[in-house]
Amino acid sequence: MADIVIDRIAKEFGSFHALEDVSLTVNDGEFVALLGPSGCGKTTLLRIIAGLEIQTSGRVIIGGRDVSGLAPRKRGLAMVFQNYAVFPHMTVFENVAFGLRMQKADQAEVKRKVQRAAALLHIEDYLDRYPAKLSGGQRQRVAVARALAVEPAVLLMDEPLSNLDALLRLEMRTELKAVLREAGTTTIYVTHDQTEAMGLADRIAVMYGGKIEQVGSPLEIYSKPATRFVGGFIGSPPMNFIKVPCNHGTARVGAFALPCPVMDGEIELGLRGEDAGLTTDGSGIPFDVKVVEPMGSHLLLTGSIGGQVVRIVAPPVANVNAGERVGLKVDPSRLTWIDSRTGRAIART
Amino acid sequence: MTAITTERPQAGKNRSMTLPAARRFLLWTGIVVLLAWVLVPIYFVALGAFGGRLGVFRWPKSIWPSNLAIEPMMQFLTIEGVFNALVNSLIAAGLTVLFSIALGAPAGYALARYTFRGQNAYRLLVLLTRAFPLAILALPLTVSFIRLGLYDTPFGVSLIHTVLALPFAALVTQSLFMGIPREYEEAAWVFGCTRLQAFMRVVLPLALPGLAATAIFAFVISWNEVFAASILTVRERTLTAYLLRILAESPLHYRFAGGFILIIPSVLFIFAVRRYLFAVWGIASK
Repeated sequence: MADIVIDRIAKEFGSFHALEDVSLTVNDGEFVALLGPSGCGKTTLLRIIAGLEIQTSGRVIIGGRDVSGLAPRKRGLAMVFQNYAVFPHMTVFENVAFGLRMQKADQAEVKRKVQRAAALLHIEDYLDRYPAKLSGGQRQRVAVARALAVEPAVLLMDEPLSNLDALLRLEMRTELKAVLREAGTTTIYVTHDQTEAMGLADRIAVMYGGKIEQVGSPLEIYSKPATRFVGGFIGSPPMNFIKVPCNHGTARVGAFALPCPVMDGEIELGLRGEDAGLTTDGSGIPFDVKVVEPMGSHLLLTGSIGGQVVRIVAPPVANVNAGERVGLKVDPSRLTWIDSRTGRAIART
Repeated sequence: MTAITTERPQAGKNRSMTLPAARRFLLWTGIVVLLAWVLVPIYFVALGAFGGRLGVFRWPKSIWPSNLAIEPMMQFLTIEGVFNALVNSLIAAGLTVLFSIALGAPAGYALARYTFRGQNAYRLLVLLTRAFPLAILALPLTVSFIRLGLYDTPFGVSLIHTVLALPFAALVTQSLFMGIPREYEEAAWVFGCTRLQAFMRVVLPLALPGLAATAIFAFVISWNEVFAASILTVRERTLTAYLLRILAESPLHYRFAGGFILIIPSVLFIFAVRRYLFAVWGIASK
């Protein structure tokens, strides 16, 4: 087991800055998800940790050892690839045993560890099959078993579930979480799927444009986004941002007044769709409903507040019709205030 | 080259299981025509080779072999120099296979895996070696081969044949390596392989079918090549070059015997590596 320190890593591809001064510490046994849209540099960062890509500057320290210049095989880690990269010319057994064979483990140990990894991932029955005869989900299990069989100090996963269909993904996600908790491996998991990151990770690092925007627990990231990007990227529907003017420490939304953290000037109010409740008497923030979408578990209301598009989540039984104006009540402690110029959240007082 | 086509119909055999009757009929007609196209001439060559002097000149020809005789064949094989030329041919072709894969495969790997300055120019240059007419080079080549002591050796011939086969080897292996995902190699590195180990354990086994096809190509190019072999040798001729010289003055049934012998090694070689070829065409399960 080992912790990972990523120290001011930068990566340039020609004139393109893929990563700019990224620093991140992953504790021993922790599961950290790198979450971000495609092209944000998350896979590049993972490949730099693995040693498959060489950073332009900065250091990677695994378990107190500076591995920045080392070949992948000397870093003591295992990796699960997006396309599984299960070797097609080897049986499942040989695939899972691959890392152990390279470590020159003796035959009995190889057998024992392969059996254990296979049992963990429920692939004991396919051990003498070739990968071509397996489904995508089974291949994925083989890839994970291969990585776990070497009992790595660090496990890196690059969008391991993105090639599976939705149902299988859900199933594998739950299973992965259980398996990895049991293994207790320090894990870095790259994904663009926020539900995967929220569901699996102890902490999430949200990346955008080659930088880490925010690092925190899933709940923290969700309820206290550090930047406008994080608020807009996490959550479905994404956080609403409403531009409001501030006067003498009071923000006005229509006729509704709220205490705000700056004295004067324009500010953005970040509001989660489910943090607004409908008032029965039409008091509160005036909200013009344009579209009502019944989603089963909730109603998704799309409308506007002061001409700005806002999405609100209402209880499934709420009696709201398109074209209506309803009142919203909000809990000031659950609001995020964003500085319009910098896009960063303003610390709540 | 011809023998490759004879293998292909088998590819259709498996696929035909799913085809409706009419298409299956067309398919089999095609197979028969293709087989006939390749096999009938070979059959008549064989008839001529084994039929002896009389068989060759009999008219109308009988389709069925009559009074077959091994003697013309044996006589042919015992003509002075034929056996030696056969050995030379095999040595030259074997070395050509060896050299063109040893040199071509790394070039193909580099073209497939790395981007470097002048990559496209290099790819074109490799092909341009084929654009150079050998006839112009014949005299200078002969002179320098004599100086280097390569003249009149199968090794010297194989060098020239390697030059002819190399463009194909490099370009075929390039697309071969491009078809093997880089992630396989990266996975191997992560799980403890050096670059060389990753290549030997993961890339090479996956590339074998394609390398077998490349080997056939090189073998056939060398086996069939006459011009360079004729000018670069005097006594140590390859079989094609030797036959070209002696057959012009030989009776017809000897010519048939010579032609028949020329076909056999290619067929045997392709037969030996056919398992890998089928994998290339997606028949063998990988």
